[in-house]
Amino acid sequence: MNGDADARLSSSFRLLEQSASTIAQRTDLLFTAMLVLCGVMALGVCLTILVFAVRYRHGAKVERGNIGRHLGLEIGWTLVPLVLFIGLFTWAAHDFTQLYRPPANALPVYVVAKQWMWKLQHRNGRREINELHVPLGQPVRLVMTSQDAIHSFYVPAFRLKQDVVPGRYTGLWFTATQLGEFRLFCAEYCGSEHSQMMGRIVVMQPAEYARWLGSGAEQPSLAQYGFARFRELGCSGCHAAGSTVHAPSLRGLLGRTVHLQDGRSLVADENYVRDSILLPRKDVVAGFEPVMPSFTGQASEEDIQALIAYLREGAIE
Amino acid sequence: MSYLEDGLTLRSWFFTTDHKRIAILYAIAITGFFFIGGAAATLIRLELATPAGDLVSHDTYNRLFTAHGVIMVWLFLIPSIPSVLGNFLIPLMIGARDLAFPRLNLLSWYLYIAGGLIILASLFLGGVDTGWTFYTPYSTMFSNSWVAVTLTGVFVTGFSSILTGLNFIVTVHTLRTPGMGWFKLPLFVWAIYATSVILVLATPVLAITTLLVIAERLWQIGVFDPAYGGDPLLFQHLFWFYSHPAVYIMVLPAMGVASEIIPCFARQRIFGYRFMAYAILGIASIGFLVWGHHMFVSGQSVAASMVFSLLSFMVAIPSSIKVFNWTATLYRGSIHFDAPMLYALGFVGLFTVGGLTGLVLASLSLDVHLTDTYFVVSHFHYIMVGGSVMAYFGGLHFWWPKITGRMYADTWARIAAVLIFLGFNLTFFPQYLLGVQGMPRRYHTYPPEFQVLNLLSSSGAVVLAVGYLLPLFYFAWSLRPGGRIAGANPFHATGLEWTTPSPPPKDNFEQLPEPPQEVYGYDPAKDPRHDPARGGAMAAEPVR
Repeated sequence: MNGDADARLSSSFRLLEQSASTIAQRTDLLFTAMLVLCGVMALGVCLTILVFAVRYRHGAKVERGNIGRHLGLEIGWTLVPLVLFIGLFTWAAHDFTQLYRPPANALPVYVVAKQWMWKLQHRNGRREINELHVPLGQPVRLVMTSQDAIHSFYVPAFRLKQDVVPGRYTGLWFTATQLGEFRLFCAEYCGSEHSQMMGRIVVMQPAEYARWLGSGAEQPSLAQYGFARFRELGCSGCHAAGSTVHAPSLRGLLGRTVHLQDGRSLVADENYVRDSILLPRKDVVAGFEPVMPSFTGQASEEDIQALIAYLREGAIE
Repeated sequence: MSYLEDGLTLRSWFFTTDHKRIAILYAIAITGFFFIGGAAATLIRLELATPAGDLVSHDTYNRLFTAHGVIMVWLFLIPSIPSVLGNFLIPLMIGARDLAFPRLNLLSWYLYIAGGLIILASLFLGGVDTGWTFYTPYSTMFSNSWVAVTLTGVFVTGFSSILTGLNFIVTVHTLRTPGMGWFKLPLFVWAIYATSVILVLATPVLAITTLLVIAERLWQIGVFDPAYGGDPLLFQHLFWFYSHPAVYIMVLPAMGVASEIIPCFARQRIFGYRFMAYAILGIASIGFLVWGHHMFVSGQSVAASMVFSLLSFMVAIPSSIKVFNWTATLYRGSIHFDAPMLYALGFVGLFTVGGLTGLVLASLSLDVHLTDTYFVVSHFHYIMVGGSVMAYFGGLHFWWPKITGRMYADTWARIAAVLIFLGFNLTFFPQYLLGVQGMPRRYHTYPPEFQVLNLLSSSGAVVLAVGYLLPLFYFAWSLRPGGRIAGANPFHATGLEWTTPSPPPKDNFEQLPEPPQEVYGYDPAKDPRHDPARGGAMAAEPVR
């Protein structure tokens, strides 16, 4: 972590810290509304208690007496919070659903978390550890999994957090709106050095980002690497176009509706591909025999992500 | 002859079936665990005074916050009000001579002690580093600590909870004195009753879950670990299916205590008795349906998160009704500021702040930012410590004269109440700000920009610790030979427990009491407690 970033991040005592993503602004707006509402309610209750406590203190000369039932009052302070709460729920839920609708053009970045580091890989094959470089103003989509315990990818400046779970993919997307460096934390307790599982997000001008992405050692893109693994692991033996084995075609698989043997159907996403590689008997495609072996132990998390990148970007033959 | 004089041998205590003596056994045990858990908290706050990990190693730190959580939740908070005050008071409040199953009650205590000792043993063997939440697959596969032993302790303690809950349910149904209808029950009895229902329904799920984690850890049975075809989110669902209702196990009894203290010291009927009773039942039942709000960023489906969020807002409605009704109870009353009342008013204020920040966390998009940060830590400490512990202390001060027959030094007790209130806020309010700024929880070291607020929090913890130690002294002092005798009803409270001498005789009542015409029959215009010298506070003149 360089000193410059520290200085910028260390302006403590601000209620709302940097706001550096499109979602952050919406979250802050709701948070402020919530703060006002809760503040009014809390102050209202506490002030009323104080006023009553002083006014009706024992020995003060005031009129006292039992109070009867006030059904109207009670129904009132049941219904008013009810309406307010439903409103708040709807507002928050609306913003929340946006977090699960990444734009189609979002740049994919593949993330593998492990005790106690973040490993990230860009589409062109460039790898990073505990650092993520992203372009300003362009949506970025993370496809994340863990190699061991549960971790959680948390960028406070973006107001975003997503648990990273072993055995499945979780996703998170954002559009950075501010240049600079922002903290990345692991927010789900993951063992001894949990508090050292930190990193940073570096937001750059798109041109600068493109230069950064292109620099570094020459390497195959993620999809090219995926294609290599596709052949090395033997996937192509059955799934390639000219194969004699009766296996479903993988062309344009991601996003396609797949009908399954047992009558279910689903839209193929990263989790479906991952499960099909590791647990091939889980979702058997209608019209095919369950002959595929599991690749557990042969395909690493990075391999599977590369295979997905390959499938997503289509055949490169 | 009072229950305290009925046998002075250790045997007469350890083999007693008297609910009042068992309550004392619980009180001593949970006090011990409270200070062990508190010691762990003190070390945590000391470590966090500086950003670097300079006091303990990270493995030690992780064991400290786990020990703090496990001990405070299962060995202090869950048994605190139900097993100490509930045990002592439920039979007295409903005009019974004991609980329905006195020997089962003693068994509950032994199970609790057995579980507690197993948990302590695991601590001395080297501790656990999973956090009190035991998330898989960390707990089943990656943690190199005494997970199975600790969970065995939790499992055993759970049976103590179940048996206690069962005992209270049967007692309230069958042993109410003739004429004591459900709507003549003090709200404390309602609260303990609802708590008991939760204990009986939710704790078995915890027991099953602990066994599954132990089995997964020992034999890799493939329930929770994806490496063997399991699902780690399944664990979270099972764990929170117990642990969210467990929050209500901890806070409903606190609401019950506040509902006894506030009318007594405001000399006023509780406002909206029936709404208060229904609110308790509402919280207890909706409380079973909100567990998924702990999992908004876990990978749970969006649809599930929406339902859990909406229900979490709904469970806040009965809670807010209770806060409004406590406040309204003060209106046109005749308010005395004895120590129990200070604790009860503190409880209402802190519970309100804790509850409102719960709404912030129930809001889906805000929770994404705030979950697993210090905001959550602060929120649940406002509920558990600001709420439950404040109320437990309030209850101890309110019923101490009944339990021991002695009156403590009220001035000291008020000083302690104020210290605890201030120390608590100084400790935990900065943690809300830390959470908003994004400091994750369970961090042994942290970036330097968080230091100021952490330092404030740590200094608050010192004040809080002093506040918690004070009662040990003035309570002990009140028991000295020649200490001030309290009398049967020093606070002129209604409720059947005050109709019998302090401390009560072994069988509670000479003859079974008549239930009162109305519950909380206070009249502020005819305040029997008057102190001509000063307007506010009243001198607790002994009623011999």
